[in-house]
Amino acid sequence: MRLEAIANPSWSRRLGFPLIALAATVALGSLLAMLAGADPFATLGLIVKGAAGSRFALLETLNRATPLIFTGLAVAVAFRAKLWNIGAEAQLYAGAVMAVLLGTGALPWPSGLLLPAMAGAAMLAGALVLLGPALLKVRFGVDEVVTTLLFNFVVLLLVSMLLEGPLKDPAGMGWPQSARLTPEARLPRIVDGLRLHWGFALALISAVLVWLIQTRSTLGYEMRAVGLNRQAAEFAGIPVGRVVLKTALLSGGLAALAGFSEVAGLKGNLTLDISPGFGYTGIIVAMLALLNPLGVVITAIFVAGVFVGADSMSRAAGVPSYIANIMLATALLNMVLAIQLSRFRVRWG
Amino acid sequence: MPQSEGAQAPVLRLCNITKRFGALTANDGLSLDLARGEVVALLGENGAGKTTLMNILFGHYTADEGHVEVFGQRLPPGNPRAALGAGVGMVHQHFTLAENLSALDNILLGTRPLWRAGLRRSAARARVLELSRRFGLAVDPDARISALSVGERQRVEILKALYRDARILILDEPTAVLAPQEAEALFATLRKMVAEGLSVIFISHKLHEVMAISDRVVVLRHGKLAGTVPTAGTDRHQLAAMMVGAEVEAPEVRPGQPGAVRLALRGVSTPRRGNAPGLRAVDLELRGGQILGLAGVSGNGQAALAGLLAGLEAPEAGQMELAGQAPALWSPRAAMQAGIARIPEDRHATGTIADFTLTENALLERYDRPPFARRGWMDWRAADGFTRGLIADYDIRCPGPDTPIRLLSGGNMQKLILGRALDGEPAVILANQPVRGLDIGAIGFVHRQLLAARARGAAVLLISEDLDEIMALSDVIHVIYEGRLSPGFARGTKTAAELGVWMAGGGFSEVTHAA
Repeated sequence: MRLEAIANPSWSRRLGFPLIALAATVALGSLLAMLAGADPFATLGLIVKGAAGSRFALLETLNRATPLIFTGLAVAVAFRAKLWNIGAEAQLYAGAVMAVLLGTGALPWPSGLLLPAMAGAAMLAGALVLLGPALLKVRFGVDEVVTTLLFNFVVLLLVSMLLEGPLKDPAGMGWPQSARLTPEARLPRIVDGLRLHWGFALALISAVLVWLIQTRSTLGYEMRAVGLNRQAAEFAGIPVGRVVLKTALLSGGLAALAGFSEVAGLKGNLTLDISPGFGYTGIIVAMLALLNPLGVVITAIFVAGVFVGADSMSRAAGVPSYIANIMLATALLNMVLAIQLSRFRVRWG
Repeated sequence: MPQSEGAQAPVLRLCNITKRFGALTANDGLSLDLARGEVVALLGENGAGKTTLMNILFGHYTADEGHVEVFGQRLPPGNPRAALGAGVGMVHQHFTLAENLSALDNILLGTRPLWRAGLRRSAARARVLELSRRFGLAVDPDARISALSVGERQRVEILKALYRDARILILDEPTAVLAPQEAEALFATLRKMVAEGLSVIFISHKLHEVMAISDRVVVLRHGKLAGTVPTAGTDRHQLAAMMVGAEVEAPEVRPGQPGAVRLALRGVSTPRRGNAPGLRAVDLELRGGQILGLAGVSGNGQAALAGLLAGLEAPEAGQMELAGQAPALWSPRAAMQAGIARIPEDRHATGTIADFTLTENALLERYDRPPFARRGWMDWRAADGFTRGLIADYDIRCPGPDTPIRLLSGGNMQKLILGRALDGEPAVILANQPVRGLDIGAIGFVHRQLLAARARGAAVLLISEDLDEIMALSDVIHVIYEGRLSPGFARGTKTAAELGVWMAGGGFSEVTHAA
């Protein structure tokens, strides 16, 4: 068996295979539901209903999508320049810590000043967390996959230390959690009475801005050139090292906004379980979107919907919600395979 | 057994081979017979389908139609092991040797089960030495490949095939990496092999080599058979005409008018990079209105000199002067700002970004300057206009400026690189292997552009492994050998053979660099 490249794949090929991948994912999900002893069609129906069946469900999905859009954008930006940032989780927590540091009464400012300051500080912190591995990569060729991955554990332990120490809420009855943000430091809800907060709007704006940067700015051009062919970029005089560092700053800052948005928009304080792996899921989101910033919005909502829907289905049908993890993992693998198949023809013999 | 079937039956027979890659038909119903003790030259331009055909014969590709017979037996398609077993050996253009193993280990690799490696090594060693003596393939079997010259590596590749009892040897552009003298030694080896009854397919696009070594010439053009002629009954002009489908006119080059020194190297040395030697105390002057040709066997410091001019490499010792002044900072950007146009050696790896469009590639060296960018934001409309201009001026055949450049042919890709580099009338032009892999039409185009640049006063450094190209175009020729530069030879003062002596390192010992 061998693969032959197709110079210019047709649209039917480019769209057909991803659709087959999606169908295969759904089929596998149904099979798992059957193994768990439930009616597969009912299970799928419950997932869809739980994700988008009511206004409450839909808003819950969008809320869950918000941090995934940020981490998905962070990964998409970095991967586009072949900077393998596996550390969005660490950058997210760095942003969350900054939101708590500034938002619990340290700055007696009105919301209009305080929220931008918190967001800015969060981005700075996230950017600095990724700057270290990026500098090591540029200067000494240290593999950033290893450093950014390990930073996740370092930062999580650091946050744990902070929550047991200086940031511990005196009124928290001994739980490892921070004090609550002041009302001025909270991101307001977009519509009164509904849980969706302005963090979602910020995520959409970020996606559009990142798209503009990638397609219209010289930095975006440089990032794409470095990602696609480093040697040619270097020959053309593009400062490859500096581009990698700028990419790291942007990527780390975007991931940190996820932490800011979760603390200031949803939770109101910082705990160790603020992210159930949003940083890692961001990789799936970005890959499914083929690293397109606008696509990230769609795939983040899709991924969030699968999680929210599976949670709701699990309560109703008694099928474990782990089915969501399996479905997302197969969706990613199927999609990667589908993309290969749309570009290559398989020859047997 | 094959010998007993008589000399009449062909040892190899390719029947009606057709191979398509998407819309491209690389081989279109090709048939070829090879007799015992015969050298057949497979001649054709780059892209004519020579390498594809040999890859089908050797089992790297599967043909869409047709089949291969060796000694009367059909080969199963797509199975290199079967081809090897039937006695077909192939020496690829890019060697397939393990650098960190000895020559002997490379020859033995894959010939015996792994768990028995080491057994009967001395017998194998004796056999390799015997083969190397018999065919004049001098190689130290215990030397590591990384320590061997390109010519020696090629001999290891040939020994590898002979050790496996190859009766049919395919050589893909074997002389591309050799100095003329080394090529002569290779031809002597081939003659010995033929005398012992082996058969050889010799792939080349160099006419004089084909005339020198082959018994019969098979010419391919655009994947089709353009003709088969006995070598004794043809000449270079007829072969060239068969290759391109028309009589070829050699470009007539009049001597240039040398002007002021645009770029000078004074005792410049650069560090060694892996296997590639650095420059060693090189003195060089590039004058306006002149083409300076750099001849040499590849891997003798050409990359270092090209890297220096391109801004990728800075002098370790000595000084570089641009228009009489030493540049303070040296980088690709500084080189471009100093008016050096750069045509890189490898247009796929360095010259272009395959998945970028023509427009994006056209902008690579000027994307951050007005009118293409202002305050960090691109003006794609200006970029589009610029690219359309290049497409028209340089006759780039493409569906449009938004096409990914990987879909273009090598010639059209090179035209874009040329247009990008020559825009803005550069003072110095670095042309590193500017026509490698191009067809004759594109070669003529590139050469005319370089001559036109010379006519308007640019200084051109032409680096090429093709001595004919260097001799046809250059006003002054230097030879590079292990990082050292020969004195400049004015146009027409040295024959190819004399330059070949320098390319093999002769003459360098007497030279003092003050000369």
